[in-house]
Amino acid sequence: MIEIKNLYKTFESSEGRVEALKDVSLTIGDGDIYGIIGMSGAGKSTLVRCINMLERPTGGSVLIDGKDMGALPAKQLREERRKITMIFQGFNLLMQRNCMKNICFPMELAGVKSSDAKKRASELLELVGLPDKAKAYPAQLSGGQQQRVAIARALATNPRVLLCDEATSALDPNTTHSVLSLIRDINKKLGITVIVITHQMSVVQEICNRVAILDGGMVVEEGLVGTVFASPASAAAKRLVFPNGADELISNPACERRMRVVFNGARTAGTPLIATMAVKENILANILSAGTRCVDDKVYGSMLLGIPGGEEQFEKAKTYLESVGDVHVEGV
Amino acid sequence: MGFENMFTPEKFEKAWQVFLEEMPFAVWETFYVTILSTFIALLLGLPLGVLLVTGEKNGILPLPKWLLNTINVVINLLRSVPFLILMIMVIPLSRAIVGTSVGTVATIVPLVCAAFPFVARLVESSLREVNPNIIEAAQSMGASPLQIIVKVMIPESVPSLISNTTIAVTTVLGYSAMSGAIGGGGLGQIAINYGYYRYQYPTMVVAVILLIIMVQIFQSVGTHLSVRLDKRLK
Ligand SMILES: Nc1ncnc2c1ncn2[C@@H]1O[C@H](COP(=O)(O)OP(=O)(O)OP(=O)(O)O)[C@@H](O)[C@H]1O
Ligand SMILES: [Mg+2]
Repeated sequence: MIEIKNLYKTFESSEGRVEALKDVSLTIGDGDIYGIIGMSGAGKSTLVRCINMLERPTGGSVLIDGKDMGALPAKQLREERRKITMIFQGFNLLMQRNCMKNICFPMELAGVKSSDAKKRASELLELVGLPDKAKAYPAQLSGGQQQRVAIARALATNPRVLLCDEATSALDPNTTHSVLSLIRDINKKLGITVIVITHQMSVVQEICNRVAILDGGMVVEEGLVGTVFASPASAAAKRLVFPNGADELISNPACERRMRVVFNGARTAGTPLIATMAVKENILANILSAGTRCVDDKVYGSMLLGIPGGEEQFEKAKTYLESVGDVHVEGV
Repeated sequence: MGFENMFTPEKFEKAWQVFLEEMPFAVWETFYVTILSTFIALLLGLPLGVLLVTGEKNGILPLPKWLLNTINVVINLLRSVPFLILMIMVIPLSRAIVGTSVGTVATIVPLVCAAFPFVARLVESSLREVNPNIIEAAQSMGASPLQIIVKVMIPESVPSLISNTTIAVTTVLGYSAMSGAIGGGGLGQIAINYGYYRYQYPTMVVAVILLIIMVQIFQSVGTHLSVRLDKRLK
């Protein structure tokens, strides 16, 4: 379990003070895939770097399984870091080492016997789906492949926690999807707690179970992904969930009731949901805006519907839509 | 003295004779003095260059400010003394180390003194090219400062270190020729002895051509190695 307690980080520079983190408190359970999302400059990287003390917090503490990271002496901190590994937006592989040697690198640092390290590296290459790239150099790989090697490298020392700082931000949507699937598999198979830093809501929707929204160095919202998505409370959360602006503002001349339908992994990609509702329930919904995406056969995102015919029709529509799993409906 | 007197047939004949009798050994002397001096300069300059980078305030192994400043000042001082003056200044040091201040071996002392601060700066610039994110990644994996230096910073900058070492080698080669003026051996000495003191210009020209060829060879080997060892290309 990772407990972040009242964390502060202030940068002093010639241009002045920057309060990058202000009283951040979070608890991340074992086995979670925990999303930390925020706009650029919100303090996400600073927060994740404070977890393994790459950045020393100005105040507060980080406890990992009860151990205060800030209080560890240098040598013990280095030992501990082998259990909390990290992947990065820029992959950060050693460019002069081939993939095999990159994966062996953290084991080399830890003093693992070379033959054992090689064996484990081969297994990891297999796990990340690149068994034939052992001898290739990073410059010969695509971004997605480099990130896979970085993931293998991060897993080499059997970590309990994997920190991902914008790990998919440099990748195209398909590659992003496949890398996220890999991270989810690792979480399931190996039971590793994953912390995913991102500025993309889609990433959180795709793999996280819990999410914290960071804005101006503060946690403005925290909870289960489904809950935060269904009813974002803070302005920052609304901005992230509805990037096209608040759709309540769309004019409403017919004075129809409106509802927001949030899809949180609903298996409706193959069904014409709104059309079926029209045929079966005889409700003629008016689609005012929609921002949904399909991932595998699951749908994520939200839709704003206008329901003519007053309260009765509205309730009927609500009941119908909610009968589909992983769909959340609320009146606006 | 007219041009025709500078390059008479007799002088060309002399040049040919010197070329056959003295140049091979002179080339060898210049070669080993250059390589040996650069090697020793690297032994001193590499750790210094590392300290200059890692010892900074935000470096991986911060040094006390006064110490870093002292290293910087000493390097700058040594770098700003003209080589000709430096050679004379270190004569007592040469006597203390090799027992004499003249001869080929003795010139290694001033050459190293001139080259190691230069090498330290070159190493510094090579190491600064290493992507700081890669260093941070190594830290996040629990690398100690020494491991970062030995396993990340130096291996990652090998191509740049090699091309900078090539610059050092060619510079030292030039200095070693200059050291011929105060009793060093090698091609520089031949050029000065025959060309300057005895007006044997063709001999001097031959010695200079050999120096140019040596620079070319060092440079090509260095460039080739640096490119071949760089895994970022291809
Ligand atoms: N070393 C530093 N010195 C001074 N200010 C810093 C430093 N690192 C970060 N900051 C400041 O702290 C704030 C938070 O930065 P941080 O990198 O954590 O943001 P982020 O949420 O990761 O943004 P992005 O999505 O762009 O990566 C920013 O205002 C940034 O300018
Ligand atoms: Mg960031």
